[in-house]
Amino acid sequence: MDWLIPLILTVITASTPLLLASTGELITEKSGVLNLGVEGMMLVGAISGFAVTASSGSAILGILAAIIAGMLMSLIFAFLTLTLMANQVATGLALTIFGVGFSALVGSGFVGFAIEPLPGLHIPVLTDIPLVGEILFGQDFLVYLSIVMVIAVGFFLSRTRGGLILKAVGDSHHSAHAIGYSVIKIRYMATMFGGAMAGLAGAYLSLSYTPMWAENMTAGRGWIALALVVFATWRPGRLLAGAYMFGLISVLQLHAQSAGVHVPSQFMSMLPYLATVIVLVIISSDRAKIRLNAPACIGQAFRPAQ
Amino acid sequence: MVRLEPRRQHSQAMVYLSPVLAILMTLIVGGIIFSFMGKNPFDALYTFFILPINNSYGISELFVKATPLVIIAIGLSMGFRANVWNIGAEGQLTMGAIFGGGLALYFYDSESMFLLPAMFVLGAIGGAFWGAIPALLRTRFNANEILTSLMLTYVATLFLSFLVHGPWRNPEGFNFPESRPFPDAGLLPVIYDGTRVHLGTAFAVLVVIAGWILLSKSVIGFQLRVVGKAPQAARHVGFRQKRMVWFTLLLGGALSGLAGLFEVAGPIGQLQPAISPGYGFTAIIVAFLGRLHPLGVLFGGLIMALTYLGGELAQITLGLPNAVTGLFQGILLFFLLACDVLTKYRVRFGTPAAKGEAA
Repeated sequence: MDWLIPLILTVITASTPLLLASTGELITEKSGVLNLGVEGMMLVGAISGFAVTASSGSAILGILAAIIAGMLMSLIFAFLTLTLMANQVATGLALTIFGVGFSALVGSGFVGFAIEPLPGLHIPVLTDIPLVGEILFGQDFLVYLSIVMVIAVGFFLSRTRGGLILKAVGDSHHSAHAIGYSVIKIRYMATMFGGAMAGLAGAYLSLSYTPMWAENMTAGRGWIALALVVFATWRPGRLLAGAYMFGLISVLQLHAQSAGVHVPSQFMSMLPYLATVIVLVIISSDRAKIRLNAPACIGQAFRPAQ
Repeated sequence: MVRLEPRRQHSQAMVYLSPVLAILMTLIVGGIIFSFMGKNPFDALYTFFILPINNSYGISELFVKATPLVIIAIGLSMGFRANVWNIGAEGQLTMGAIFGGGLALYFYDSESMFLLPAMFVLGAIGGAFWGAIPALLRTRFNANEILTSLMLTYVATLFLSFLVHGPWRNPEGFNFPESRPFPDAGLLPVIYDGTRVHLGTAFAVLVVIAGWILLSKSVIGFQLRVVGKAPQAARHVGFRQKRMVWFTLLLGGALSGLAGLFEVAGPIGQLQPAISPGYGFTAIIVAFLGRLHPLGVLFGGLIMALTYLGGELAQITLGLPNAVTGLFQGILLFFLLACDVLTKYRVRFGTPAAKGEAA
């Protein structure tokens, strides 16, 4: 049992950035927009959060900066794809290429800086409960926020009028437009929500997961978050399960060595990427299920008829 | 109020003008960024874009850097035309280097003239194999090739890292994570003395010509053009989307694999953990900069090669971080995509005409 508690704790920290980013992308995709720039938005969020925290000493300011940075990144994407009707796939790639370069440029002045990691919750008595205390009551607030957000998004999509409108825009933009909803405006908002959550995911990486900045520190997590949305067939409940499953896979390498598994570290590091491919194959091969759940207008430009 | 009005036909002038416009806008934004970083923008732009190629050695280096970019981008542009988004060229490049380079390491004392041609073949096979996986997963299991090809890039890079840290590490290499140097018979001949311009550069020119012929004269080239422009019409006349996926991913993979082999058998001369400064990703921009046309790709490759040279020089002389290169590349792609709107739409000022409001 000695290994179980540390394992669960590392799974939580590895899953949280995936959950935050994919929750945001889920809303973006539900509106019919495919933003492949999650990796770039996360990186810019990570460096913005780190730079502001390191300069101001305030993690709250850092997190706000990361959210704003993520939103600004998604605003570039939204302007190009929604206003100028550029190809969404190409623009998403551009956003990632830009984000990698921009974050590395800003971050070059912050390599080697040290900051205090985000403090964990501490509730007397509850946090001190043996075994489960630290897991349930000792995390930093972004962990709780990630769970709250995915539940809130689930509620929003299934129980609110706003959620219905969002799904209508994603499933049939011409009908939604005909009823009188502003397709472009709603898609702007959904895209920026995705940007904010990706920025937050980046901030979690640079402020809590590994409290430091390193070039390309997201290491493909933005892309895995995109795959998670497909894995979840655009349903928030499955997103939560998927994020934690991937979190588990990605920390296996840390624990395998101590458990006496002697596989070269590179092969252990391949696991999350291979798992992403396998999971995509299993989910996507059920074409009917994908057709039923995927937003029908995903990736398509909308131009209101005049 | 500004609005966009669709053109009846794509503007031919804008097809050629929009990349030029995008490059100009990137230079302006680049100048602004440089001045924010406390550098004289004109000095910095001069260092970045003129200084690297104001001597003959610089121009030869431009060809060396453009070689992999052009070879990869020709393959990618065929796929992008048919809406096959292979973004894992970096992984296919790595696999080509592993397959072809592996042969050179296995015959490390060979003097055979057949070694190099055999490495070419294996390099292409390695890249095509890595491209075949997303093709199979897309055609057989409907899995999105964007995500699978990218995930496989991480796998290929880690596999190369494993090889050079483990079984393929140079036994006389003081424990550095590097392979043995390739034998002379496994190195690309330099085709212009005093430079690093190698046989691969000549091959890149051949690829451009072959790509042009393929696109304009062959049946599959015609299908590629139609599938991209009118997917429904293409389905209607019976072009098989699956065939396009296989063709473009195998071609893109084989060319990327060759590009990777040329790097390790050319400028590098051995296997090491990092064999490419992101050529596979930059080639995506090259393909768009060249408007998915082989001749355009040739120019696009030279321009993007210049950003690598400029970045290196700016790092040495101005102390700018190397990341500036990536930043420039991203901004250029943004402007390219934004300027593209001008080929399909006319920008109009003022409110829509009365007819539009009545509708």
